[in-house]
Amino acid sequence: MPNVRHLSHRFAVAAVLGAWLALVGPAGAAGFDAETFTLANGLEVVVIANRRAPVIANMVWYRVGAADEEPGESGLAHFLEHLMFKGTRDVPPGEFSKIVAHNGGNDNAFTGHDYTAYFQRVARDRLDLVLKLEADRMTGLVLTDKEVLPERKVVLEERRSRTENDPGALLEEQVMAALYLNSPYRRPVIGWAEEIARLGRDEAIDFYRRHYAPNNAILVVVGDVSADELRPLAEKYFGTIAAVPVPPRMRPPEPRPRAARRVILTDARVRLAELTRDYLAPSYGAGKREHAYALEILSEILGGGPTSRLYREIAIEKKLAAMALANYSPTAIDRVSFSIHLSPRPGVKVEKLETALDGVLGDLSTRGVNADEVASAKKRLRASVTYAQDSIFAVANIFGAALATGQTVADVEAWPERIDAVTVAQVNEAARALFVPENSVTGVLLPASAPAGGRESEREGGPERGPGNRQGAIR
Amino acid sequence: MSAWARLLSLCARSQLAALAALLSMLAIAPAAAIEITQVKSPGGIEAWLVADRTLPIVNLRFAVRGGAAADPAGKEGLARLAAALFDEGAGPYPSQEFQKRLEDRAIALGFSAGPDNFSGNLRTLADARDQAFDLLRLALAEPRFDPEAIERMRGELMSDIKSRQDDPNYVAAREWFALVFGKHPYARPVEGTLDSLPKIARADLQSFAKTRLGRDRLVIAVSGAITAEELAPLLDKTFGRLPATAAASEIPEAALQFDGGTHVVEKDVPQSVVLFGGAGIKRNDPDWFAAYVMNYILGGGGFTSRLTEQVREKRGLAYSVYSHLSPLDHAGLVMGGVATENGHVAQSVDLIREEWAKFGADGVSDAELANAKTYLNGSFPLQLDSTAKIAEVLLSVQLDGLGIGYLDRRAGLIDAVTAEDVRRVARRLLDPKTLTFVVVGRPAGLAAAPGPREKDTRSPAPRR
Repeated sequence: MPNVRHLSHRFAVAAVLGAWLALVGPAGAAGFDAETFTLANGLEVVVIANRRAPVIANMVWYRVGAADEEPGESGLAHFLEHLMFKGTRDVPPGEFSKIVAHNGGNDNAFTGHDYTAYFQRVARDRLDLVLKLEADRMTGLVLTDKEVLPERKVVLEERRSRTENDPGALLEEQVMAALYLNSPYRRPVIGWAEEIARLGRDEAIDFYRRHYAPNNAILVVVGDVSADELRPLAEKYFGTIAAVPVPPRMRPPEPRPRAARRVILTDARVRLAELTRDYLAPSYGAGKREHAYALEILSEILGGGPTSRLYREIAIEKKLAAMALANYSPTAIDRVSFSIHLSPRPGVKVEKLETALDGVLGDLSTRGVNADEVASAKKRLRASVTYAQDSIFAVANIFGAALATGQTVADVEAWPERIDAVTVAQVNEAARALFVPENSVTGVLLPASAPAGGRESEREGGPERGPGNRQGAIR
Repeated sequence: MSAWARLLSLCARSQLAALAALLSMLAIAPAAAIEITQVKSPGGIEAWLVADRTLPIVNLRFAVRGGAAADPAGKEGLARLAAALFDEGAGPYPSQEFQKRLEDRAIALGFSAGPDNFSGNLRTLADARDQAFDLLRLALAEPRFDPEAIERMRGELMSDIKSRQDDPNYVAAREWFALVFGKHPYARPVEGTLDSLPKIARADLQSFAKTRLGRDRLVIAVSGAITAEELAPLLDKTFGRLPATAAASEIPEAALQFDGGTHVVEKDVPQSVVLFGGAGIKRNDPDWFAAYVMNYILGGGGFTSRLTEQVREKRGLAYSVYSHLSPLDHAGLVMGGVATENGHVAQSVDLIREEWAKFGADGVSDAELANAKTYLNGSFPLQLDSTAKIAEVLLSVQLDGLGIGYLDRRAGLIDAVTAEDVRRVARRLLDPKTLTFVVVGRPAGLAAAPGPREKDTRSPAPRR
């Protein structure tokens, strides 16, 4: 008999969103009232009812992502995500999205290091259809070279758009490879171009058979439906799919870093330098996990907005930065990055930004945060839950990402409480443990030629090529 | 404050092909389930309200007609800089104090400017509602424009422009709009330039605040945990001190210049970014919905669109290829884009030109038409699945002057479009002779090809 747990909490609940959901502000009101059950074949199902409109967000999350790829096949998880639209026995190639559209719905998919997710947003009366479609392609994918090879070109164009055409993105790729000594997070989700180019049908089907199974998936449905209404549908469409043994998620251990690293990327397309600093940080899944909630508060205090430490001190008081942000998302299986990003005002040298940054971090480590900052950060983080609840899609993403990375529904529902429980001392302790130079990678983005004594951020004129004037090391 | 997200450019684009459908939006009417109340304050200020107590959140969006197109010559970026500064200190609160008051109660307040409108949005938890509205009031009535804040926001806008100077997306948009609009104000970047931003003085900003935001041009949409009775007096409190009328800005109709050519801007990038388009249609054109359906089939419908099918699905030439309608107050455009490696640009351009021409010649099939309608009507409730989105839609409907009954009329208007309507509109809008491309990159085998009316594209051309 399926295991049903009905959770109805009255206190504020919150869930942490991945960086791409950073749009959602803080909140905090009633709980999500998530209901869950598991089918006999291991498919976990999460349902959150929202009766405001007769619409549904339907998501299937597979517990496999770029970090589960074998060495040499980077980009495969993401490539498979593309290929999942290329046909089953019942649904001809390219028809999946058309069927959804012909039923008034939107659909798409995305891949991360720890998960691959597929979703549709449809009217309530199309729920059967999208459940059926997802169940069909969970094990029914049929691929031929005719579909695979053009799609590989598409992925290479995607990589060009997202990364190769953007020097800042190229820098970030290099920084991640330096930050993680052994963790597969060091590889870009989209894959290295040379490896993408070698992926083919066989690798894709092999990966698919190994990882796509009901016992390796989570069905998340949010909207005009309850668990009681969904259960028979989930059974009908997914219940007959057999569980298969799935390889355990073995992640190589990340050794203790011993050296601060520096990555400098110069490129003729850069007109304004940029500075990044990334620290290897615990997540909910790895490292000093007990620090993760404190670090969320720290990220808000340090670089979460216009009253944050970084912005106040470097953009306002010192007038050096145009932009100053911090980012941290602990929803992951392995350790993650605590990232800081600064861009200079015109005419300001990157060295000055870095000195100022180190000043702020040093101050944080020695004198710590204060109660006022912590309280304000908590307020915003808690409020993010209420704001998130306004969007059924945002809610579905919160639960999907959490469950796919080893958290439970209870963890999600308990988030505001855990954030609230963090003390000033805990934030300071987490900060001291984090801001250790050996944990860090400093990234610098520079124009290809910077005049000596340089105002390197001022350079007009047409494109320049090549190595000719290489900027030396910053310090 | 400045936008913490990317500044918007005139040419909206998206990396994901599937998002393209949503770009050709515009005002979309909420489904019948949404109840809109027209609220009029004692002082005569109007707002459309959708009350919803599901969550303790209130959203307010407003717009004032008259945007960056009215920036004085040489001071481009004024509206955008003013927008960045309205929440950088007001009344007795300098920037940090003002921001702290927002942040301590998780209130989000922001302003922005596009070519035709100045706008703002407020989001608050219900228990901070009064404070939130009060901070908006203060921002509009008594913006401080402190010198420190001005320099900081100016610096941020300039940094953003600087960092994008070699970004092929940015270069393509700037080039395309300069070509097409010539001397018209729409040719000028909303965000200003590195030359114009330093010329904007505090007096310009103060004048903007005092004269450009008139109650006669104000449009307001509210959703969430607030009643009409609660909202009405708040409207007067919040917006009552704006001047009754705004200085009129006479933006002429644009004389669009499409030479039908392919203009190449050489940049060393591995992937060329391509923008293309021609004369389009304005929102109040009787053929709007025929064009809307046309665009969905052409390149707005993501994976159901012809452009995606030909360029991406069949040949793998691009990750992103799309088209959209871009109706401005004084010009209508139909535009699109594609990004592909330098070696595939020529082929992609040819394919797009082919699809453009085919549309007017052959029209659409019954199946394409039926599917388009099913999607455009069936997906509409998805535009309204949060109170935040509802407020956006309400604002759009008002800005486009579509009337409070529009939401119920929309489905019928789409259903009424015939295949002949679509073909007729395609012949009008998808003219292969005027389809003009800008390519930024190193496209192989693509010499900058002058169109039939090349020569001096900067001089005003007779309106087609």
